[in-house]
Amino acid sequence: MSKEQNHIISAIVEHKPGVLYMVSNMFRRRGFNIESISVGPTEQSDLARMTITVKGDERTVEQVVKQLNKLIDVIKVSRLHPASIVTRELALIKVRALDTKVRSDVINYADIFRARVVDVSSESLMVEITGTSDKIDAFLDLMKPFGVKEVARTGITALSRGVKSVKIE
Amino acid sequence: MAKMSGSQALVEALKRQNVEVIFGIVGGAIIPVHDVLRDSGIRHILTRHEQCAAHAADGYARASGRPGVCMATSGPGATNLVTGIANAYLDSSPVVAFTGQVNTFSANSSYMIGRDAFQEADIIGITTPITKYNCQVKKASEIPKTVKLAFHLATTGRPGPALIDLPKNVQTEIDEMKFSGNVKVRGYKPKTEPHPIQVKKAVKLLLEAKRPIVLAGGGVIISNASPELLELAELLMMPVATTFMGKGCFPENHPLSLGDVGMHGTLVANKLMLEADVLLAVGTRFSDRTTGTLDEFCPDAKIIHVDIDAAEIGKNVKVDVPIVADAKETLRVIRQLLVHQLKQRENSPWFSRVKEFNEQFQSEMNSGDCDLKPPLLIKELRKILPENAILTTEVGQNQMWAALHFETRKPRTFISSGGLGTMGFGFPAALGAKVACPGCAVVDIAGDGSFRMTEQELACSVMEKIPVTVIVLNNSMLGMVAQWQRLFYDRRYSAVKLGSVPDFVKLAEAYGAEGVRVGSLKEFSEAMKKSLKSEVTTVIDVPISPEENVFPMIPAGKGLNNVISG
Repeated sequence: MSKEQNHIISAIVEHKPGVLYMVSNMFRRRGFNIESISVGPTEQSDLARMTITVKGDERTVEQVVKQLNKLIDVIKVSRLHPASIVTRELALIKVRALDTKVRSDVINYADIFRARVVDVSSESLMVEITGTSDKIDAFLDLMKPFGVKEVARTGITALSRGVKSVKIE
Repeated sequence: MAKMSGSQALVEALKRQNVEVIFGIVGGAIIPVHDVLRDSGIRHILTRHEQCAAHAADGYARASGRPGVCMATSGPGATNLVTGIANAYLDSSPVVAFTGQVNTFSANSSYMIGRDAFQEADIIGITTPITKYNCQVKKASEIPKTVKLAFHLATTGRPGPALIDLPKNVQTEIDEMKFSGNVKVRGYKPKTEPHPIQVKKAVKLLLEAKRPIVLAGGGVIISNASPELLELAELLMMPVATTFMGKGCFPENHPLSLGDVGMHGTLVANKLMLEADVLLAVGTRFSDRTTGTLDEFCPDAKIIHVDIDAAEIGKNVKVDVPIVADAKETLRVIRQLLVHQLKQRENSPWFSRVKEFNEQFQSEMNSGDCDLKPPLLIKELRKILPENAILTTEVGQNQMWAALHFETRKPRTFISSGGLGTMGFGFPAALGAKVACPGCAVVDIAGDGSFRMTEQELACSVMEKIPVTVIVLNNSMLGMVAQWQRLFYDRRYSAVKLGSVPDFVKLAEAYGAEGVRVGSLKEFSEAMKKSLKSEVTTVIDVPISPEENVFPMIPAGKGLNNVISG
């Protein structure tokens, strides 16, 4: 058995109702684990891009790609190789911040990570951070001692570097 | 362009697909379609349960190679189709199902989708994992295109069921309809031509092989590749084992035939598979019932796997030469290349071994004392039936006896629920097969447990004049489970005793069919011959011992070398 790791799969699908259900249902039925999934429109209004992070060994990921390809409404599936892609994730993090010392610490850390404070209340700060998942994990670790009240992460979205692009007629 | 209702458009679209028969049951949410069907010239066969409509459409499709069509109303009508659709999905059968649905909108009442209206069920959600394609039509003008697409997807590539859900207001909506134009699906391009480099690799392996075997699956039947398979096997003097779904793709009276492989495969097939050095697997998905435990499956063989569904390659078994393509085309190309490179083989040590094994096995299978043993009865049946007769089976012991002992000689003449293992499939499938091939004798090998699940279709067979023969191997037991409990659960019978009700002779008579009970092989033979001439369906009740086992057998989870022979 080769070892389990995260793989990023990008799928161009028909942008219509039911497709997300069809895809997520296939994962559930065949026992594949989705670590994260992000879905959004593409440059063509009738297409959507799904960026799916799957945990598994090589053979499992090969099956995932084949089973995705088999779905009629899935048009193009690519495995993205970590060396040649840009990945980003966005997180909103609400941190407990009761006194000014904590507030200025959080703001300083946010500056270092190029994150932004997007909301302030008497007891908390909300920080918006964008970057690779590792960067967000690191920032979250730093925030933990202050008390993380809530986190919302989008999951990974990704594109290949360079001039190559997927064209669908 | 023509102005018409959604229902009229549907019927017109079906005619353009050359649909002649629909199996189904009407109901509130599909009345507008039936109103048009009434005078359409398309025959509607009223089954007595929607599950049987789907199975009959499936039997029709498997016997004829053309898509089978079934139809039901919304809610329970639609959900009753589900078992039949799942069955067609697992056996890759082109069934196209239509379901009524509540309105997409409703001005004055709450009878609309999403409000839990009367007889509303989310059949699209329910059937997504068991259809190749499904779609709820939102506008009448989409019907012609959607029907064309559903038939295209159901019948091409790896076939499978499609379902179209028709809200009632869409059935009555009047609009301009456009029937011309091709369907284009950008996410669907089945690859039919084999890749030349892979073919060369396969040819090289086959040329060097000392002990090659073909494992032929249902895909060979679906792609009508039997002639190509026969030519290739004879050229190489290469024995052919079939999967359960492949039964019939290679004539079982041919010296190179090994019969079925797997849990209830023949001794010779299971033994020789283990000795193979090259396995040419065509149109099979290497199901667990075929391979047994994968660690012990064909340990010394290089595997060439031909399948039109790329997702099947490498799913269960590691493959040396993958070929994603149509079976017929691939076998043709492989043979073409081989013909130039070798002379017709006449004999080889491998073929001698095959011959020797086959002879030894035949004599073992022919021994037996008691008169009405199922294997003897099925061999007798083979003698009575013409070559083109179609055998369907239920599921359980009856099915495995039929698979082991009915010498199938032509493709599409052995029809059985392989993947889903649906008890109750055989009888409605027999009706569908008879409708597709009215000139052929159609016989359902049944057990009493299975037949009880769909016996109400005797009404359909009598009223619609679809005469078939049902042979009930009656042990008053759920026999296969009883066999497992005998062998693996220390004879602790639990929930398998069905008792001796009903009286199948009287049951048949109550429906206006013929019923007869037989007590010897001679009586069976007479009853069987008579039934072939009868204008109504005949049920032949054959009391057998509840202690009867199907052997040989490989216990679940064991390898092909762990055969129990009784």
